Amino acid sequence: MPSLPVPWPWWLSGILIGLTVPLLFVLAGRAFGISTSFQQIGAMCCPRSRFDYLRNHDRRQGMWTVVFAAGIVTGGFIGAKLLSAEPPSLLPDAFHGIGGAVRLLTGGFLIGFGTRYAGGCTSGHSITGISHLNVPSLIATLCFFAGGLAVTWGAARFLF
Amino acid sequence: MTDFRNSRSRTPSAGSHHVSVFLIGVYLGILFITSDVASWNRIHAMFLFQEARMYLIIGTAIGTSMVSMFLLRRLRVRTVGGRPIRYEPKPWHRGVAIGGLLFGAGWAITGACPGPVYAQIGAGELRALWTLAGALLGMFAYAVLHPRLPH
Repeated sequence: MPSLPVPWPWWLSGILIGLTVPLLFVLAGRAFGISTSFQQIGAMCCPRSRFDYLRNHDRRQGMWTVVFAAGIVTGGFIGAKLLSAEPPSLLPDAFHGIGGAVRLLTGGFLIGFGTRYAGGCTSGHSITGISHLNVPSLIATLCFFAGGLAVTWGAARFLF
Repeated sequence: MTDFRNSRSRTPSAGSHHVSVFLIGVYLGILFITSDVASWNRIHAMFLFQEARMYLIIGTAIGTSMVSMFLLRRLRVRTVGGRPIRYEPKPWHRGVAIGGLLFGAGWAITGACPGPVYAQIGAGELRALWTLAGALLGMFAYAVLHPRLPH
């Protein structure tokens, strides 16, 4: 397959990622968002959980989020194995070993807790929310960057 | 919480959308890899203000979404199921800010937001399974603390 050199230019990447919002609305009637899939997985694992957050989650309505996640996993495979000339470098070598696993687990914990507490992530808040001029989503996005900048500039010596 | 019966009657064919949802997921997963959005180095460079690429991608994505939603509304486009397109605004509460800060920290540490985590796993970067495991633990922790956190 003739392919564009990876990475694709920023403008093409941005336009195509942005089109996910209308595509999902028109073809499936859903608002673009990814982190709800975490709650869906939790609710599917523990349908009779004593925690309302999992028990009261509408698993039938939320099923699309894990189908979507499975699609992203598949797309990741296609992008890396079929469309990239060489294997893309996603995580640096510094993440090998126990230390790297602990950092990924800790960062992942913050992602799971933070996105669920904030009610969305880069997709649901930053892309979908801001493009609908939703003010809480704009504040959420400013906080995403504030948190990321604080870690990168403040705690970098200990982490990276 | 959503009323179960109500939501069921609104979507008589939720399952038939799953093929489209899966294919849009494939499309997005490909993009996360080919655009380098799932690369730790890109995210790190973004937070270090070393390159504009990630800001340009996110900004262009927001602009594209805004213009296309404007056009869809103008042309009164409906979903393939014939229903009107409705966006439910995400509400404000203190957790939006607190959770947002915590997520941002996790984003900077792991170099991935939730979508790219799934794409990394599919691309064969199996260390991202640690990130996903952490995210699920974080979600469970939120489920436990949910009644006691300020909202």
